[in-house]
Amino acid sequence: MPVWLDDFLWTYQNVVYALGINGLLALSMYVVLAVGQLSLGQAAFMGMGAYSSALLTLKLHLPFAVVLPAATIPPVLFALAIGTPTLRLSGVYLAIATIGLGEVLRAVYLNVDALGGALGISGIPERAGMVSIYGLLIVALAVLWLVARSGIGRAMEAMREDEIAAAVMGVNVRRYRLGALLASAVLAGAAGALSAHVSSFIGPNEYGFEPAVTILSYALLGGISSPFAPVAGAWILTLLPEALRGFADLRLVFNGLIIVVVVLFLPNGLLPLRMRRWVK
Amino acid sequence: MSLLEVSSLTVRFAGLVAVDAVDLAVEAGSIHALIGPNGAGKTTTFNLITGLIPPTSGSIRLDGVDITALPAFRRAGCGMARSFQNIRIFAGLTVLENVLTGLHAGLGSNLLDVVLRLPGFRRQERDAVARARAALEIVGLAGRADDAATALAYGDQRRLEIARAIVARPRLLLLDEPAAGMNPAETEALAALVRRIRDAGTTVLLVEHDMGFVMGIADRVTVLNFGRRIADGAPAAVRRDPAVITAYLGAKVAARLEAAG
Ligand SMILES: Nc1ncnc2c1ncn2[C@@H]1O[C@H](COP(=O)(O)OP(=O)(O)OP(=O)(O)O)[C@@H](O)[C@H]1O
Ligand SMILES: [Mg+2]
Repeated sequence: MPVWLDDFLWTYQNVVYALGINGLLALSMYVVLAVGQLSLGQAAFMGMGAYSSALLTLKLHLPFAVVLPAATIPPVLFALAIGTPTLRLSGVYLAIATIGLGEVLRAVYLNVDALGGALGISGIPERAGMVSIYGLLIVALAVLWLVARSGIGRAMEAMREDEIAAAVMGVNVRRYRLGALLASAVLAGAAGALSAHVSSFIGPNEYGFEPAVTILSYALLGGISSPFAPVAGAWILTLLPEALRGFADLRLVFNGLIIVVVVLFLPNGLLPLRMRRWVK
Repeated sequence: MSLLEVSSLTVRFAGLVAVDAVDLAVEAGSIHALIGPNGAGKTTTFNLITGLIPPTSGSIRLDGVDITALPAFRRAGCGMARSFQNIRIFAGLTVLENVLTGLHAGLGSNLLDVVLRLPGFRRQERDAVARARAALEIVGLAGRADDAATALAYGDQRRLEIARAIVARPRLLLLDEPAAGMNPAETEALAALVRRIRDAGTTVLLVEHDMGFVMGIADRVTVLNFGRRIADGAPAAVRRDPAVITAYLGAKVAARLEAAG
């Protein structure tokens, strides 16, 4: 095989993996936004999934079919733990509390030797691939699409608009919030495990503030009119920097600009069209 | 036994006793009006009854069961529904979807059903839509089912709130100023609608400033002033009650009326 083709495939494959993983991350943002919560713990959940999966693979030599679901347990337990206290917070306070979570975890990764410290963990075998990444993305999209079109989706949209009126209709607002946070933890934790097992290396700085904002920008750009919208947002924001390779350094500036532009001019995202529910 | 029994209900906000030891008994099958001047505590009483705010003291019983500590979402499941003084429809939903949210407590929506979509679940969804359309028919909005809720005129939005509240056939319906902003013809139609709802088996407790409406429709009237109950009884008796006249017209006017005989 000529070197350039080999090179091309290698690059291409990474982008294809990134599209799937970032799609899952966009969905983990979508599920909390869909119930009206601004929780920015997705990158932190992803980090927990990445670190725990790497340890399970390298130290316990477990097969990936076990590692992938097991890696969602730490983020889920964390979501349960913060779910009750933090979700009394709302709006910008909740956002700040969950960003704080990511920064605390970064300090933990940096200072615990077993987690590799500043060097992170390397030599993670490539166990994830097209099947695991896109299989999970398709299942997640299908489930969330069915939920969004159902009475549960209707209740989620109702509480997003008016929690008090939704409660009077019988919606258990707290349970919905916690359910959304748990779903977010599962999706982001799985995305973390998948990314650790395609990139061979993970480091303490990959799951802090910057990725948290990037994941938010996926959902802001695409909107949350349906689960497909935030995935589309993630794909645009993943492909654009590839197309504009020369400007790689400006990635965060670019994401920030997108947030500003979308918030100012497209409050419902690029895909604002609501899907229809089964109401015939 | 009364359907709703409120005893010495009290709520204190920073320095203000908004509802002060209020007793209220709503008989099953009746239309009961709760009236009083602005700021008397009527909406706050509704918020206490529906569980949106916790009382400082006192108790609330529905059909003999103490529901004082139940969260708001559970009271919907107990057969309680309400409309809001400041309209609270779900702006992003269609008219029909708004009404469907009123069935949330009764629809056992669980994740597995939603994903599997078994025939039983699909039938339940179809029934829900049929019931929602019937509720829209009752309030006269059948033709607007697929419109955006925000496309409705103000009076229609009030009717939509009523449809959303009655779709689950609640035992007790609380209406907070349902005639506000309606013209006389609309108010008359509203009175007929409230009677129809009562005749279909729902007990109605309503707050309203339009005295003609209240006196024409209520079986019983309770009057609040500064958070306290100052009168309770049949509409004709309450209307002549000096304490009520004083509360509404001010002490001076009441004294002059008295002097004039
Ligand atoms: N959450 C709250 N915190 C503090 N004070 C409140 C609160 N809710 C109501 N109040 C006060 O309690 C009093 C009663 O208010 P409420 O809304 O129950 O009156 P109302 O009888 O419904 O009046 P209206 O006819 O104007 O609707 C008012 O003085 C109001 O300002
Ligand atoms: Mg009021």
